[in-house]
Amino acid sequence: MSGPLLVVDGLTTEFPTRAGIVRAVREVSFHVEAGEILGLVGESGSGKSVTGFSILGLIDPPGRITGGSVRLAGRELVGLPARDLRAMRGREIAMVFQDPAATLNPVLRIGDQMALAIHAHETVGAAAARARVAEVLTLVGIPDAARRLDAYPHQFSGGMRQRVAIATALLNRPKLIICDEPTTALDVSVQAQILTEMRALARDTGTALIWISHDLATVSSLASRIIVMYAGRVIEEGPIRQVLSAPRHPYTRGLLDSLPAKAVAGKDLMQIPGAPPSMLALPPGCAFAPRCLRADAACDAEPTPTVAGDRRWRCHHPHAEPTS
Amino acid sequence: MLGFIIQRLLQAVVVMMIISVLVFCGVYAVGNPIDVLISPDATQQIREEAIRTYGLDQPLWKQYLDFVGRLVQGDFGRSFVFGSPVLPLILSRLPATLELTLVAVVGATLVGVPLGMYAGYKPDSLAARAIMGISILGFSVPTFWIGLVLIFIFAVQFGILPAGSRGETRELFGISWSVLTANGWQHLFLPALNLALFKFAMMVRLARAGTREIMLTDTVKFARAAGESEATILRRHVLRLIAIPIVTVFGLEFGSTLAFAVVTETIFSWPGVGKLIIDSINTLDRPVMVAYLMLVAFFFILINLTIDIVYVALDPRLRLRAAS
Repeated sequence: MSGPLLVVDGLTTEFPTRAGIVRAVREVSFHVEAGEILGLVGESGSGKSVTGFSILGLIDPPGRITGGSVRLAGRELVGLPARDLRAMRGREIAMVFQDPAATLNPVLRIGDQMALAIHAHETVGAAAARARVAEVLTLVGIPDAARRLDAYPHQFSGGMRQRVAIATALLNRPKLIICDEPTTALDVSVQAQILTEMRALARDTGTALIWISHDLATVSSLASRIIVMYAGRVIEEGPIRQVLSAPRHPYTRGLLDSLPAKAVAGKDLMQIPGAPPSMLALPPGCAFAPRCLRADAACDAEPTPTVAGDRRWRCHHPHAEPTS
Repeated sequence: MLGFIIQRLLQAVVVMMIISVLVFCGVYAVGNPIDVLISPDATQQIREEAIRTYGLDQPLWKQYLDFVGRLVQGDFGRSFVFGSPVLPLILSRLPATLELTLVAVVGATLVGVPLGMYAGYKPDSLAARAIMGISILGFSVPTFWIGLVLIFIFAVQFGILPAGSRGETRELFGISWSVLTANGWQHLFLPALNLALFKFAMMVRLARAGTREIMLTDTVKFARAAGESEATILRRHVLRLIAIPIVTVFGLEFGSTLAFAVVTETIFSWPGVGKLIIDSINTLDRPVMVAYLMLVAFFFILINLTIDIVYVALDPRLRLRAAS
């Protein structure tokens, strides 16, 4: 393989609102290797979902990508005509959303709505499409799939529904699936099952995943590399173990410290003071500075990314490298 | 499902009984038919004979019981004016109204729903604004005025379409239909257009509101992420999801138009039931009024039942509830 599967470079996505322009994604750069699972974490409003939609070219007007590039296997996706983007979606990059109860069409049979995703890309007979749908449903762990093609989404449990959504994404064997919090709406035991299965699926089919989540624990059990976003920017990136054991950015550190697993029994959970800034009134310089204990006058200037090996962070006062 | 239908039919019997009492009392209160039917200079003897013949000398409850007694034998009584049995009289007028109503409501739906969906899909486009403008016109301009304008333009000024009556008819199943001849269609066009305009406006608004709402849902986003084309999304996803309110309004409009196309039928001297009921009110022809109103009630019960059955066909989520 020559070069990474997906290269996002300086991606900026803006939404004009009545109160002003919201730059939801600001100069975001990262890459995804073929077959790799990349975790993308951040709190609500940090721009992680918008990043996913920007890659697919699915930003609803009046929002639009105002800068940067997204290259899939060397091919530029930003600025492609709508027809080419549509042909790319589902076939090369697919997406799975948070709530399967909302994504699946409640009035269409599972088999029929999944077949629509096949017919979007090739001319296949109805019987062949059904066979392929059943095959992929079996792959994602739906028992007796062939007999359940005529069922409706409401006849499935939440976990089964999300498996149907994942199967829909897998139908056209895309090289990359963007998973936007696909386990958040599920209960914990089902979450664990789906995570295990997704890891196996990605490995077996060679599909790369971008796993978007606000849950560090989920991402850490799945991804090999992680990106942390704050206020529309990537503030830290690196191999998952290194980032989790020795975060360089104070925000990542704060996230890790506030994990319930780190809490001492009987004491309050740690938390990052303050609240995320309004995207309409971002502080000058580092967006995290107002909440940061290490901030000083230098932080009024936007920090540039520091690269060290395969790690990268944006901070004037990073935590020290671990002495090992 | 069968149990549901039987239950509804039993309810219908109760409703019909209540309606019959209300209608009977209401019609009784409207006025004394003898004053209209018999010339003021008739002798007292003729008057009393007529009163006895029509059974008007009996107290109201006795008249009602006699009516119900005949009704259960399928006899709605005889028209005071025509002297013939009421039911065949109404049924002979019904096909004219039925075809007018069907053409108007079906036409309004077939044109209104696609236009409304377009207006909901591209709400800011010029075409959408034009469509909404026309729909406001359809809502707010009174039917009789539009009817007169249509006659003025097409019949008087250009002389391309007839101003009234049914035109040539052809027999099918022993009933005359205008829709089976070209000349009949010429006669049908203006009154149908007149009736359809309001329904068209309603369908446009419904379809637009539904489409706007559905286009923002994750179902549509997910379908787009799978690469489905906008045409597929509108046809297969959106249309199915907005079908329920449309079917409801379709049924109710169909019923009310069938019952009360009075204004249009009068303007275009269309020999339907609407004209019959107006004439019977003028002559205080009680048996016709009673039978007609009961028939209307029966239609509405039938239509509502049909709508409920169609709901279950359209929305699989209702099937579980219907079964339990």
